[in-house]
Amino acid sequence: MQKTVSFVFVWFALVLLLAATVTASFMLKGPAGLAVSLGIAFGKSGLIYWHYMHLNEEEGLQRIAALGAGAWLLILFAFVCADYLTR
Amino acid sequence: MAETRSVAEPYRDARQQRDAAMLGMYVFLGSEIMLFGGLFAVAAVMRLLHPAEVVEASKALHVWIGAVNTAVLLTSSLFVALAVDCAKGGRRRGTGAWLFSAASLGAVFLAIKVYEYSLEHAEGLLPGLGAPLKVSTPVQRAFMDLYLVATGLHALHLLIGILLLLVIAIRAASGRLLLPERAIVPVTAGLYWHLVDVIWVFLYPILYLAR
Amino acid sequence: MTALQERPEQADRHDRGLSETDTERQSYLRAGHSLGSWFFTRDHKRIAILYLFAITAFFMIGGAAAALMRLDLLTSAGDLLTNEGYNRAFTIHGVIMVWFFLIPSIPNTFGNFLVPLMIGARDLAFPRLNLLSWYIFVLAGGFTLFVLIAGGVDTGWTFYTPLSSMFSHGNVVLAAVAVFIAGFSSILTGLNFIVTVHKLRCPGMTWDRLPLFVWAIYATSLILVLATPVLSITLVLIAAERLFGLGIFDPKLGGDPLLYQHLFWFYSHPAVYIMVLPALGVVSELVAAAARKPVFGYKFVAGSSIAIAVIGFFVWGHHMFVAGQSMYASAVFSFLSLAVAVPSGIKVYNWAATLYKGHISLDPPFLYGMTFIGLFVVGGLTGLMLAMLAVDVHVHDTYFVVAHFHYIMVGGTVSAFFGALHYWWPKIVGRTYPLVWGRLAAIFIFLGFNLTFFPQFLLGYLGMPRRYHVYAPEFQMLHVLSSAGASLLGLAYLMPLVYLTWSMRYGAPAGDNPWDATGLEWTTPSPPPKHNFDEIPVVDRPPYDYEIEMEGEDG
Repeated sequence: MQKTVSFVFVWFALVLLLAATVTASFMLKGPAGLAVSLGIAFGKSGLIYWHYMHLNEEEGLQRIAALGAGAWLLILFAFVCADYLTR
Repeated sequence: MAETRSVAEPYRDARQQRDAAMLGMYVFLGSEIMLFGGLFAVAAVMRLLHPAEVVEASKALHVWIGAVNTAVLLTSSLFVALAVDCAKGGRRRGTGAWLFSAASLGAVFLAIKVYEYSLEHAEGLLPGLGAPLKVSTPVQRAFMDLYLVATGLHALHLLIGILLLLVIAIRAASGRLLLPERAIVPVTAGLYWHLVDVIWVFLYPILYLAR
Repeated sequence: MTALQERPEQADRHDRGLSETDTERQSYLRAGHSLGSWFFTRDHKRIAILYLFAITAFFMIGGAAAALMRLDLLTSAGDLLTNEGYNRAFTIHGVIMVWFFLIPSIPNTFGNFLVPLMIGARDLAFPRLNLLSWYIFVLAGGFTLFVLIAGGVDTGWTFYTPLSSMFSHGNVVLAAVAVFIAGFSSILTGLNFIVTVHKLRCPGMTWDRLPLFVWAIYATSLILVLATPVLSITLVLIAAERLFGLGIFDPKLGGDPLLYQHLFWFYSHPAVYIMVLPALGVVSELVAAAARKPVFGYKFVAGSSIAIAVIGFFVWGHHMFVAGQSMYASAVFSFLSLAVAVPSGIKVYNWAATLYKGHISLDPPFLYGMTFIGLFVVGGLTGLMLAMLAVDVHVHDTYFVVAHFHYIMVGGTVSAFFGALHYWWPKIVGRTYPLVWGRLAAIFIFLGFNLTFFPQFLLGYLGMPRRYHVYAPEFQMLHVLSSAGASLLGLAYLMPLVYLTWSMRYGAPAGDNPWDATGLEWTTPSPPPKHNFDEIPVVDRPPYDYEIEMEGEDG
């Protein structure tokens, strides 16, 4: 039962964050807007990963496996963007 | 020891088998992240090269429909989390009912998505159907191409997820899936569902909310 | 070769090993004789054999395409093939060899067969997934063959835009679909190995006792899982552009064809390490077994596999030095590409140090191992030349590049594949092959290979561009040499097919451990029983714990 309550709380937080990102999109422009919307997206996926995808119950290895690919993508982003920004 | 019944060949015990299944699913989801990562890289480059045009193109999308759809998916994730909780507690009916509700919300998402596509088609924004487009810049056309590929691929993943949840819902409710011994089945399927949700959580701001 | 097991009827001198031994009767090979027992098997050893058949077939098809090209290149005019035909031939050769031979070659055959045996497990973590992966692979391969028969593709294996998306006349979409499907097989195989190595090691098999081959397969699997999906999505984008006109790389719409190259090489450069890392792992095993000494710097050799896998993701831009990439990006990619040489060098130096003062046996596996080391060093050093910006501008897209990567892929990976085949063959089929023939084949492969590809370094340095079949007459001499070498190489590759097949029936029974090597796979009977180990073993010793011979004890 306790779990159900916490799951519903997480859902509530997720919906609040959704409202926040939509609101922010009307107020912020350019890099600031992008930073906020991506920040909120990372916050939402963090909540989903931690509570709904059981990372709070798993050991280190599983946590690395779950999040490793996300970190790995940074290589692609960093080098591709570096190329386009320095042409 | 009800658990020994469900230990399959290469494993020594149920704990090892469960850990392997969890790890395997996380690794698979990692490969899904890399798959969509390529599309996100395309989106990043498009925005780097043509910031103003991308913002214009993004404004032409239906922000509110996207927001509603995000809420639908987030809610479906809650239902899956509740279903998994039921499965771990051995509550067959609850598992089936929550999974069925989650799959239904997935179907609602797809229905809304199709409605949205039809709106965009009527507005002359949706490429790939041969109809003449009413885009204001070439970049808007490229943006809509990316939008279609990304949301289409996401919809395909969601469709697979819906079928997966339905099958497990039926098996759980009918008792063919032993619960809680085989709770790993809804757990791993749930992981997949949540990841499809996470991908949408990123697609939504990147496509709809570029300002 | 020591410790040969006696024939079943020791007194019967006419028994040339025709009759089964007791071990063979209980082995995985005899556990079911029906076709179904093979095609629906979940036994990792049988799946390995299925892969062995499939990739041998693809190796021959890819080789036939290469033979056509070498034949056409005998003269400076394009007599044998049309321009279009030549383009299709090198595309067939590239696509088949990369995705249907090199990438699955060592991981899916020897990795499948050996990883569970080496870590003391009864099977891979997901046996059904393993079988599924084979079916996906064969489906993709069959689909590729269909594409080749139904008209072919002329883009080369790289599918570069805008050629592939806007101009090519071939079946680019179908070829992309085939490679896309093959990608699923790669991902599932990699996933299976990762989970197996993490979760199914037997008691006592700690990470610092893991055989170096397993380390290499693990590193390879990380690349398979992390890189392959990026190729998949890139191919989806190409197909979307050709089918529905969704022009994401189309310059007319503000897209950038170079973005395609970024995404493609983000997969395809690490894919080079998918092809060569397992080979490095095999050679570590061969060197240790031949030197009869513990591997020098075990931890560094193991760690360098991981380092190669990781650094391999940071170097893809060296394929784009002359493509219009930012010069700052090029400089960084150049530096990082040179950095890959460090872990590769660590391996070569440590092999040399392992062999130093070893009691070296010149059995066939080690001859292949030496072939690998020599050719890998040449391929690696020319790779350093290519990683340097100024040199690359001169030799980019010439035969120098072709020679370089063939030294790594063919001289390296294929030699290691044959080395693995000769080393573990007695374990796989339970019989030994004639060692003389093994040695001869190894020597012919080495000679044929160098005759084929060394002239190509010269050709490239003199300016012969790749992918042309009409060339300036002064290049003909070197092309003829190369084609002559290719014929020798082709014949040498067929030799093992003959004597290894022969050995399955007429070879002497091998015994558990014909090379007197360490490693859990040699503690099982040859061929192993269906479940590998009657009891899950417990490891209490370091890896490669050969007794070190003291000076004066033996010669």
